[in-house]
Order: sequence, then C-alpha cells, then structure tokens
Amino acid sequence: MFNKISWWKWMGIIFILFSIISGFLGPVPTLPILHETIRNVYFHVPMWFAMIVLFVMNAWYSIRFLRVGAESDDRWAVESANVGVLLGVLGIVTGMIWAKFTWGEAWSNDPKQNSAAIALLVYMAYFVLRGSIDDEQKKAKISAVYSVFAFPVMIVLVFILPRLTDSLHPGNGGNPGFNTYDMDNNVRKVFYPAVIGWICIGLWITQLRFRLRTLEDKSLEK
Amino acid sequence: MVETKTIKALLLKDLLIEWRNKYSFNGILLYVFSTVFICYLSFKQINPVVWNALFWIIMLFASVNAVAKSFMQETKGRFLYMYTLSSAQNVIISKIIYNSLLMILLSSISIIFYALVFKNPIQDPLFYGIAVLLGGLSFSTILTMVSAIASKVNNNTTLMAILSFPIMVPLLMLLIKFSKNAIDGLDRAVSYNELIAIVMLNVITIAVSLLLFPYIWRE
Repeated sequence: MFNKISWWKWMGIIFILFSIISGFLGPVPTLPILHETIRNVYFHVPMWFAMIVLFVMNAWYSIRFLRVGAESDDRWAVESANVGVLLGVLGIVTGMIWAKFTWGEAWSNDPKQNSAAIALLVYMAYFVLRGSIDDEQKKAKISAVYSVFAFPVMIVLVFILPRLTDSLHPGNGGNPGFNTYDMDNNVRKVFYPAVIGWICIGLWITQLRFRLRTLEDKSLEK
Repeated sequence: MVETKTIKALLLKDLLIEWRNKYSFNGILLYVFSTVFICYLSFKQINPVVWNALFWIIMLFASVNAVAKSFMQETKGRFLYMYTLSSAQNVIISKIIYNSLLMILLSSISIIFYALVFKNPIQDPLFYGIAVLLGGLSFSTILTMVSAIASKVNNNTTLMAILSFPIMVPLLMLLIKFSKNAIDGLDRAVSYNELIAIVMLNVITIAVSLLLFPYIWRE
C-alpha cells in the first residue's frame, strides 16, 4: 500500500510533521512583542502560500476549461478553489490568533487582513454562482469565466493594495520583511520545509477530492 | 473582429431604447435622490471622511442597479439576432461604452445633488470631478461583465451584488483614497499613484472582458 504513494506526498507528510515537531520544540529567536508567537510563522504563512498556489491552479484550470472544454478541468478548478478556501480560512484563523497576541486585537483593520477576507469572499461568490446554475456544462463555463475575471482582482488585492498602504504585516508599507532580521537560520530551517509541506498536502487533498468528484459524476451518469 | 461601424450601430440601438424607456433611467435617478435624502435625514451633520464614504457607497448600490439591466433587458431572440450580425467583441465594447455614458451621467447628477443637500466640503473640485467621472467609468467596466455573467443565471438580482461587490472593493478603496485627497485639497502630485492604478485596473478589466465575453454570450 505504501509504495503507491508518490514522492511528493511523502514529502508533504514528512515536512509537515517535521514543522510541527521542531516548530514547537526547536529554538527560536527571542524578539520583542513576538516572543514565542513567532512559531506561528510555521503555520500561518505556509497556509497562505498554499492557498495562493491553489487559487492560481483554479485560474489555470478555468482557462484550460474555456479553451479545451474537458469536464476534468472543471473538476480540478472547483476542487482547487474548495481547498484554497479551506486553507484561506485556516490561514485567517491562525492569523487572527496571532494578531490577538501581538497587535492586541484579532481584527485590527490591517490592509492585508481585509484583502484576504475579500479574496475569500470572491471565491465564496464563485461557489454561490455554481450553486445557482443547474445545467452542468453551463455551470462549468460561466463559473470558469467568473473565476478568470476575478483572478486579476484577487492578485491586486493580495499583492498590490497592501503594499500601497501602511500595514502591520512585515514587508509592507515601509516595514522591513521577515527576511531582513526577524528570521534567523533556525527559523528558516523549519519555515521552508513547512511551506513546501503545506503546498504538497493542499495539492494532495485537491487530488483526492478531484477523484471523489469524478467517481460521483460517473455514478450519477449510470 | 472589432468594427467601429457595428459598435456605433449597437450603441445607437441601446441609446434609442434608453431614450424610449426614459422611466428606467429616471427610476435610477429617483433611487439615488431618495437614498441621498434618507441619508441626509438620518445623519444631518457628517464629517468629510463619512461624507466621502457615504457618496461612494450610494454610487455603488446605484450603479449595480443601473448596470444590472443592461444584459437582462435583451431577450433571447434579440441575442440570437445580434449573434448573426456581429462578433462578441463588438457587443461587449458597445455595452461598456453605453454603460459608461450612463454611469458618467448618473454620477455627475448624483454628486451635484449630493453636494447640494449635504454641506459641500470639497477643496479641490476639479480632482473630485475627475474622481467621480473615473468612478462612473470604472464601475461600468466591471459591472458590464458581471451583469453579462449574472444574466445567464435565473435569480440574478442578488447574484449581481454577490458577484460584483468583492471584485469592486480594490477599485472602491482606490477611489475613496483619491477623492479623499481631493476633499482635503492635498497637493495633486500625491494622488497620481492612485490615478494610475485606477486607469490600469480599468485597462485590465476591459482586456479581460474582451477575452472572456465570447465564451459566455452564446450560452
């Protein structure tokens, strides 16, 4: 059974286990305000990265669906959006817990927090749109158009707008990024594997859900 | 694919329909007037920050209502007829131009009425005027495509709002910042970044609409 699991899934399992164990036990730099909460960088940030990867995947498969029109592309698109929203919610919750300890409030009107919440709204609207159309082919086509139309706006929201305004997040509005001084080598050794691990696990969940959906559709056809 | 002659004809058709059904535009205008008046009666006195935000929120709701009908008023038969006459790009361009004209007219009338009813705090009227015109234009570019998407779905009135609001947020934030600078009468060079960003957002939206509309209009 185990030799059927491909290498990148092993990588996801091992890297996440590694990031959990050494994330909680390993040495971290003591910084003012952050203190031990810096360990959240192993969970909060990688979840966001994985979310971005899945939303890019959603846009990619939506474009592919519009060009080629294969049903499997639509399944990939919807499942990557599903898992992307899940990781986004996890990222926002971990971020809120972190913000509660460091910035004083769970929601402190930070442009990146707001943008992330709105980006999630876009993909929730995508699901509402899908839910309100009955015809499968039409549903796939119209939701693909919407997701491609919304994708550039998502990019503007998450990457460009927060950089134009002052943010509490590092790396925005003149604040130096994590890399300049907050992250020492001990943190990096755990952080990068955690990023790769969460991306792999996100893709794995997407693949499983894709297979499940394919089976469901097949059983419906019979 | 893109022919000015066809676009002109389609645009003229839309304007003619609008002229013959004046009640729909008047309806939107009345919607804005009564909203402004309700806001005036509820707030009485407001500071410039709220003044600005309130104006854009009123415009947001009015524009969703105004643009929503642009594709819904087309019957299936008329779509089929248009399909035989022109390409998809011509149709979406003519709709964007038509909605932009409509929205620019609507937002100019609204700002005049709004500034009349509420005390007017604007210190740089020229740049605020530019903000209003740009706002009307950008609302219509985004909403035209969203209304095309929503018109393919049955219960489209709520859907229109759900689909468009999150997409319009970046634009709205840029517009509010830009117009706030105009209210405070800041040096104009301060607002150039926002101005460029708004124009770029419009260019992206129009380009993406042109690419995507051909996929949905035959549905």
